[in-house]
Amino acid sequence: MSDAELATPFRQRAGSAMKDAFLQEALTIATTKFIGLRREAFASFPEGEALRDQARAIKEATLQRLDQHLETLIGNVERLGGHVHYAETSAEARSIIVDIAKRTGARMAVKSKSMATEEIHLNEALEAAGVTPVETDLGEYIIQLAHERPSHIIAPAIHKTKGQVAELFTRELKRPAEPDPEALTLIARGELREKFLQADLGISGANFAVAETGTVVLVTNEGNGRMVTSMPRVHVAVMGVEKVVPSFTDLMVFLAILAKSATGQKLSVYTSMVQGPRRAGELEGPDEFHLVLLDGGRIAQIDGPLREALSCLRCGACLNVCPVYRQIGGHAYGYTYPGPIGILLTAMLEGAPAVRDLAHASSLCGACADACPVRIDIPHMLIELRREVDDRKIAPWSERVAFKLLAGLLRRPWLYRLAARAGRIAQTPFARSGRIGRLPLVLGEWTRTRDLPPVAPRTFQERWATDRDLRA
Amino acid sequence: MTGRSASLMVTCLGDLFFPEVGVSIVRLLRRLGVAVDVPADQTCCGLPLFNSGYHADAAGVARRTVELFGDSEHVVVPSGSCAWMVKHEYPGLLADTTLARAAVELAARTHELSQVLVRVLGVTEFTSAVRGRVTYHDSCHLLRGLHESESPRTLLSNLEGAELVPLPGADECCGFGGSFAVRLPEVSSKILAKKLANVESTGADCLVACDAGCLMQMGGGLTRAKSRVRALHLAELLDGGR
Repeated sequence: MSDAELATPFRQRAGSAMKDAFLQEALTIATTKFIGLRREAFASFPEGEALRDQARAIKEATLQRLDQHLETLIGNVERLGGHVHYAETSAEARSIIVDIAKRTGARMAVKSKSMATEEIHLNEALEAAGVTPVETDLGEYIIQLAHERPSHIIAPAIHKTKGQVAELFTRELKRPAEPDPEALTLIARGELREKFLQADLGISGANFAVAETGTVVLVTNEGNGRMVTSMPRVHVAVMGVEKVVPSFTDLMVFLAILAKSATGQKLSVYTSMVQGPRRAGELEGPDEFHLVLLDGGRIAQIDGPLREALSCLRCGACLNVCPVYRQIGGHAYGYTYPGPIGILLTAMLEGAPAVRDLAHASSLCGACADACPVRIDIPHMLIELRREVDDRKIAPWSERVAFKLLAGLLRRPWLYRLAARAGRIAQTPFARSGRIGRLPLVLGEWTRTRDLPPVAPRTFQERWATDRDLRA
Repeated sequence: MTGRSASLMVTCLGDLFFPEVGVSIVRLLRRLGVAVDVPADQTCCGLPLFNSGYHADAAGVARRTVELFGDSEHVVVPSGSCAWMVKHEYPGLLADTTLARAAVELAARTHELSQVLVRVLGVTEFTSAVRGRVTYHDSCHLLRGLHESESPRTLLSNLEGAELVPLPGADECCGFGGSFAVRLPEVSSKILAKKLANVESTGADCLVACDAGCLMQMGGGLTRAKSRVRALHLAELLDGGR
C-alpha cells in the first residue's frame, strides 16, 4: 500500500473494506470454504496433531543453528552449479535480482507466486529496469492486471468475485469473458503460455530449501511454478532465510501438514524440487540458477520477541479463521502480509511503530493459534507487541494515561468502590429501563451499536457486605 | 470439595454489572454443600491491563489478587477469561517476585464455574430457571484457553425444563475482545452481527455463555435489536432449584 493510503488510519481503512459489498461477498465465500476444507483434512488425518508438534520442533531446532544450516545449503547449491546471494535488506535483494536481469539481457520475467518478492516490491524494480514482470499464478495474474497487491497469503485475489474477474479480463485483455472460473482460467492459460515461451528470466519464491541436498522446494497447484523454474534461461529463487530445513526427512513432515492447513488438500497438485541449473545431459532446466537469501529483519528476531513467527509456513490458515480478517480482508492491513501472522511479520520487517494500531486489530480470540500448523502463539505475541508499543511510548499518550488511571483504580479498592458510586450517578441521565443506549466519548463507541448494562444499583460486593440472606 | 469451601472471585464485570450472577453462584454452591466466602476488596484480575500490554500494572493487580485469595481452598470464577488470566498469566507475571509460588498455587486452585460443577464437584443435574430453548456460545478463553467445551454443554443438555439447541459457529468470537470493542467498534459490531444472526437462526429463547465480557457484548446487541432472545450467564440458568 502506498504511503498516502497508509496515511488513512487503520480504523478507517477497515471501515471502508466493510462497506465494500463485493469484498464482503468474496471474503465470506472463500474463508468459509477454506475453514471447512482444513477441518475435514485434519479430521481424517489422526497423525496430524503429532506432526504439527514435530514440525514446530524442527523449526525450533533449525533456528538454533540457522547459520550452520544456511552454510550447508549454500555449499550444496554451489556444488550443484548454482549461485547464492545474501541480501540483508529488501533494497539489496532488488538490486541483486535487477543486476542478474541486466547481465543476462532479460527483457521479460515470468514469476510464480511468491510472498518474498511481494515483500521486497520486486515488480516495480524490474519495471524500472526495463524488464517486464509477468505473474503466472492465476490469482497473482488477476491482481497484476488490476494493479493491486495480494490480499491473502495463498489466495492473492481472494477479494475479487468471479464477476469482477470477468469484467477485468474483458477490459484489460480486450476480449469478452464470462464469469465462469473454468473459462476465465482458460483465458489466462492461453495468455500465459505465450509469456512462458518469451521469457528470459523465471522468478520464484521457495516454500522450503533442503540444506543437505541444496533443493529448493515449491508447493503449487497450477503447474506454473514448474514452467517458471524450467523454461526460461535463468531462474532466480528468492527465500527468507528461515525457510531452510535440514533434511528431506524434515521436509516430509512439513509437506504432510502444509497443504492441509492451506487448502485442505492432502498434498498440493505440484511439489517441485529444484536442484541447481540444468546439468549436462538433462533436457530441461535453466542455464543459470540463483538463490537469493533474504534477511530483511528476520535474523534479528532469532533471539527477539517475534522468534516464533520465524516458524511460519505462510499457509494462510490463521487468516481464514480470524474474525477480523474475515470482516476486513487483507488490503486494509496496509502491508505485504495481512491477517494475524501478518501483523507479527509487519512488526518484524517494518518495526513496532508500523503496528501501533495493527497490534490491536485482534480480539485475541485465539482461533489463529489453533489453526496454525506449527502452533505459533499469535495472540501472545500480539500482546507482547502491544507491550512494546506502550513501553516505547509509541501508543498515543491519551491511551497510556487512561490505562495508568485504570491501573491505579484497580489497585485501590476504596477508589474502585468510589468509581462504582460515581458511575451510578453519572449514568442516571443515560439509563433507560435497565439499559444504557447512548454515552459520550470513548463509551459512545460501544453504545453506537450496543446497549451497555448500567452499574448495578448495588454491586455484588455491596450486597455481600450487607445482605444477611446472601452471607448465611 | 463437597463439605468444604470455595471463594468466589466475582470479577469486575460480575461485581459492577451482573451482581445477580454472583448471587446465583453463591446459592448454587451452597445448595451443593460448599461453604462460600467472598474475600473483601476485590477489584479486577488485571486482564484488561495485561491484554493491552501494560504488564507492570497488570502484575500489580495480580499481586493483590494472589494475596486476597491466598487462604482460599478453591477459587470459583464466573468468567473463562478471568480464570484464564489467573491460571495462565499470573505465574508468568509474578515469576520473579516473592509471590511466585503463591501465584502458581492459586492457578491450580482456580476454576471456571462450569468446570467446578462438572469436573470438581461432579454435579451435572440442575433445574432451569428459564423454560424453553437455550443455545450456548463458546467464549474464546474458555474454549481455546482452558480447552473447555464439554462441561457447559453437559450442564445445559441435562438441564430440566430447558432444551439445548446447537448454535452454528458457536466457537467463533462474538467480537468483544475487551478494549478491541471500542478501539475498532465497527469491526467488533460486525462480528457481533454475524454472531447474533446465528443466534436468531436457532430459534432459542435464551443465549447462554460463561463469560461476562461476551454477555455484555451479545446481550447489548440483542437488547439494541429488541430481540426476544435473552443473554444469560450459565449460573443464572442453573439457579432454578435442584
